[in-house]
Amino acid sequence: MARLLTQIENDTPSGRAALAELFRHTGRAHLIGVTGAPGTGKSSLVNQLARFYRQTGSGAARPKVAIIAVDPSSPFSGGAILGDRVRMRDLAGDAGVFIRSMAARGSLGGLSAATAGAVQAFDAAGYEMILIETVGAGQAEVDIARLAHTTLVIEAPGLGDDIQAIKAGILEIADILVINKADQPGADNTERALRNMLELAHPVGRAFPEASRPFASPGQMETAPNIPLWMPLIRRTVAIQSLGIAELAEAIAAHRQYLQESGEWQRRERQRLSSDLETLLHEALIARWRAAVDEEYYRSVANALLTRQISPHEAVARLLRG
Amino acid sequence: MSERKIRVLIAKPGLDGHDRGAKVVARALRDAGMEVIYTGLRQTPEMIAEAALQEDVDVVGLSILSGAHLTLAPRVMELLKANGQENVRVFIGGIIPDEDTAQLLALGVSGVYGPGANTDEIAGDIRQAVAQIESSAEA
Repeated sequence: MARLLTQIENDTPSGRAALAELFRHTGRAHLIGVTGAPGTGKSSLVNQLARFYRQTGSGAARPKVAIIAVDPSSPFSGGAILGDRVRMRDLAGDAGVFIRSMAARGSLGGLSAATAGAVQAFDAAGYEMILIETVGAGQAEVDIARLAHTTLVIEAPGLGDDIQAIKAGILEIADILVINKADQPGADNTERALRNMLELAHPVGRAFPEASRPFASPGQMETAPNIPLWMPLIRRTVAIQSLGIAELAEAIAAHRQYLQESGEWQRRERQRLSSDLETLLHEALIARWRAAVDEEYYRSVANALLTRQISPHEAVARLLRG
Repeated sequence: MSERKIRVLIAKPGLDGHDRGAKVVARALRDAGMEVIYTGLRQTPEMIAEAALQEDVDVVGLSILSGAHLTLAPRVMELLKANGQENVRVFIGGIIPDEDTAQLLALGVSGVYGPGANTDEIAGDIRQAVAQIESSAEA
């Protein structure tokens, strides 16, 4: 398993072949993305959730849990320090939990290019819960929402005012908003800001903001008729004291049920696979074009650009003309 | 195929709480372009071997300042072997008396470093060790 993940990460021919073989067996796992700013407690929460899943289920109902923890690579040396395991020591010695750290290796969306492949490998290997922890994310690292079925966005008190909360980006992708470190002062303010943000975004659902069931909202159904909306849930936790974890797991289960009953699960899968296809196609086309283009010519155009004889757009046009 | 990254697990077995050395080395290896999985303080040999397996590392670096190196290092190596990871190279940093260094090297530890060791040298030694494993795997 571990070696396969390395091959996938390094994009070796044998890794690709294995993925091709495995792909038919994927599609069963619940993919849970965990994102949020650095230091909000993503790793600690993942640790607690995994422990919860392993402790509450009994016998065959105890799901196998895989954790993929992504940390940033240095833009200069390409090296990385992957420190998420430090927070996950409770899970050591449990054969039903597999933790794999990955370096982002230059990807900007908060995941590494190989994360999707690693997820498929775990899925095919029978891991039913796959927790994917992103790089500590700022405002725009939203790739996780494309990959995961359920996206948790972790907030902590004291990280900015209500204007931060209505900006576009990371908060929009949340299926469940988690206020971790909820024992800290300011948790009430954070919750209020997030709740206000949700109400602005989902005016119809506002009547029942706390219910864990989706609401049909006539005003917002133009784009996807017959799909009830999911009202993002807000949960408070204190990960290091194991507080609020059961409630969070319940919210995750409710979201899963919503996904399955509304058909959203299939819709997300379809979207994910077509965007995967698009990305791979991009890479393959660029690689193919690079192999075909005359290196000498490429350099001469790049030089013309460097000496400011032509603009970047002109350079592209010239290269594509060949 | 993209460039092959060397993966290193840095762990601190035993009960002392001084992890400055481990962090300095982790940082230096990061700057040398390696992917360092840092597991923190008070790891048991079992935890270290499990992490080494799941992370499929090339190298395990143990930081030991407690004096228990002659117990901890062989135990970690035994567990690595039991998991089929006999190719993983083990390096040790810490306060290690000279006579113990000789003993550790005889046990198959790839390198032992004390205070003041040059981090470039450590990175170079790791690169060399990994290259050796790879060339012997291909042969």
